[in-house]
Amino acid sequence: MNAIPNLPTPARPGPPLWLLAELTYRCPLHCVFCYNPVDFARHEDEISTEDWIRVLQQGRALGAVQLGLSGGEPLLRDDLEVIVAEARRLGFYSNLLTSGIGLTEERAVALKAAGLDHVQLSFQDSTREMNDFLSHTKTFSLKNKVGKIIKDQGWPMVMNVVIHRLNIDHIDRIIRMAHEMGAEYLELANTQYYSWAFVNRSQLLPTHAQLKRAEQVTEEWRAKLGDAMKIYFVAPDYHEGKAKKCVNGWGSMFMTIAPDGFALPCHTARLLPGLTFPNVKEANLRDIWFDSDGFNRYRGTGWMKEPCSSCAHKEEDLGGCRCQAYMLAHDAEATDPVCRLSPLHHTVQAAVAEAATVKAQEHPLVFRDPANSRRLSP
Amino acid sequence: MSALTLQSVPRVASGFRLQFEPAQECHVLLYPEGMVKLNQAAGEIMTRCDGKRSVAEVVTELEKAFSTTGLEADVIGFMNVAKEQLWLSWE
Repeated sequence: MNAIPNLPTPARPGPPLWLLAELTYRCPLHCVFCYNPVDFARHEDEISTEDWIRVLQQGRALGAVQLGLSGGEPLLRDDLEVIVAEARRLGFYSNLLTSGIGLTEERAVALKAAGLDHVQLSFQDSTREMNDFLSHTKTFSLKNKVGKIIKDQGWPMVMNVVIHRLNIDHIDRIIRMAHEMGAEYLELANTQYYSWAFVNRSQLLPTHAQLKRAEQVTEEWRAKLGDAMKIYFVAPDYHEGKAKKCVNGWGSMFMTIAPDGFALPCHTARLLPGLTFPNVKEANLRDIWFDSDGFNRYRGTGWMKEPCSSCAHKEEDLGGCRCQAYMLAHDAEATDPVCRLSPLHHTVQAAVAEAATVKAQEHPLVFRDPANSRRLSP
Repeated sequence: MSALTLQSVPRVASGFRLQFEPAQECHVLLYPEGMVKLNQAAGEIMTRCDGKRSVAEVVTELEKAFSTTGLEADVIGFMNVAKEQLWLSWE
């Protein structure tokens, strides 16, 4: 296989089919696994409504079709309805990714009228709220209420639950609750260890045994529910020994716009050193997508080192995730250490093995809030 | 939902949206966080599944548009697959 190594990168990538608009880093929650950058409090600027409208128009002209409206908590932007209406007018399929906090009936009606296509409701059972969640108190009743509001508008409901060591053993209960709330899709997303989840990794990594049990329980529910609710179990790459084709390939179909207007190939790419990314206030999306250094840097396979560059699987996984390579190997061009072929794979195995030990409990959880953000990123 | 007959009136299922994408030069079916690119035949069938035309009418129209006959089995076959994928629904 691969008789011709280092085939040149295709000259012209396809369109950025997926545009993720991170409207704000502000959030009422303090999730310990949040994927917003740890230094979010250093990026408080937010681009204007007009800037977002222009981004949508330029993105759609480029061929973008799926639009994620995310955050932080996107409902904190009071121009969300205006943004949604423009997205609908342009022909985007719009997805609101929300905690549900702030989704009143009134707001839901306005968003529906503006043309919002779908709401993904996430559960944020960090430990502070975990008790609430498990004891069916405040959080549970709020989610139930929001779930009903979503159903009343006729939106398909996708429920997303980030899975980690502190909630993985409750997976049976989580699936039952999603089903009782009438979700059409349930995403059981194992935590990906970036940003805040990386800070809290030793507390959040599940053991192999926990993971196996969770997969069994999920299978049992799938057999029971059939088509009534589709359950996606997003496997964690730390445990699998297999690198993922991150964002389906750097600069291949995914573009994130951060709250302050920086355009990124993925929402954590800003942590990579030595890369600059353009801002939508100064550049248009077409130039950013096709011609910017940041988006071209890791396109294709030409940038790879060994063992990736001669690997038979390099087109399948594209070497894994650049951010993870940088975080774990301190080299953004290295093989993603979650891959069993990485010379550093033992460090990932050691982290998973430690999850079953007392040592893993030693670090207190760090909650995602502005004070911790400033403390961790001076 | 009953078995498909020539009198059934299929429509694109709720939560899905069908549209033509110039950048991809094809019809696509959009759904929560996902997209299916349709080939030309699938696009021609799906665009006629509007909750008004019956299967018989869709077949007649397609045969006329492409100056051919005998499309019934293929159209019904596709619609049944599309139902399994949750793309189409009918009473």
